[in-house]
Amino acid sequence: MNSIVRSTVRCLRSRTWYYGAVQSNAVLNSGWARLMCSSAVQKNLEEMVKRDKVVVFMKGTPAQPMCGFSNAVVQILRMHGVGIYAAYNVLEDQDLRQGIKTFSNWPTIPQVFFNGEFVGGCDILLQMHQSGDLVEELQKLGIRSALLDREKEA
Amino acid sequence: MSVTPDLLREKLIAEIGAIHVDVEDTSPNRCAASFKVLVVSPQFEGKPLLQRHRMVNNCLAEELKEIHAFEQKTLTPEQWEKQKAQ
Repeated sequence: MNSIVRSTVRCLRSRTWYYGAVQSNAVLNSGWARLMCSSAVQKNLEEMVKRDKVVVFMKGTPAQPMCGFSNAVVQILRMHGVGIYAAYNVLEDQDLRQGIKTFSNWPTIPQVFFNGEFVGGCDILLQMHQSGDLVEELQKLGIRSALLDREKEA
Repeated sequence: MSVTPDLLREKLIAEIGAIHVDVEDTSPNRCAASFKVLVVSPQFEGKPLLQRHRMVNNCLAEELKEIHAFEQKTLTPEQWEKQKAQ
């Protein structure tokens, strides 16, 4: 049985929303997604992509994606048990939405960054997942993919 | 100028030496111009995924400004033959 505990905390000083969902099941997944209510985020993009190991710019939130491609990225990360990542909702901030495209020189959303380096969008992440490359890339980040454990169980 | 599948195909053949291009207009599924492309080109040989996708993006830079959603799959001729055989 899954039990999901959600806590939403608003840090008044920095106007940042934190959303945490802790799931406990046999595979011990835990997920946190940090959401920025934005202003002047564009200037900090270089900082933002380096702040967390896995950073995703998407439409909507991990709990509620607003686009099929963004949802695909969220689901792939979830399958691999990547619980902790920063997710920025470009729909909340037009400056962010345009800024990230300029920053990565990439025309579409979602955009995925590993260790501050641009990985690609949904297509690339999906192909990496299918080819097994994603497990390897996550390993380089020090993240053990949940799929490895699943293989062992079978 | 509106973006058409033929236009995308022509550019990909001309500029990145694509030997095969499939363009699917996925706009009916969404509210705005959307395309899904399969590009097969020997120029992708030895290049990682991101670099291949950037080649396509650069080739279609002007068109992408008008396209809302864009999916792409990039294969070398060898990969494509393998895929067809499956």
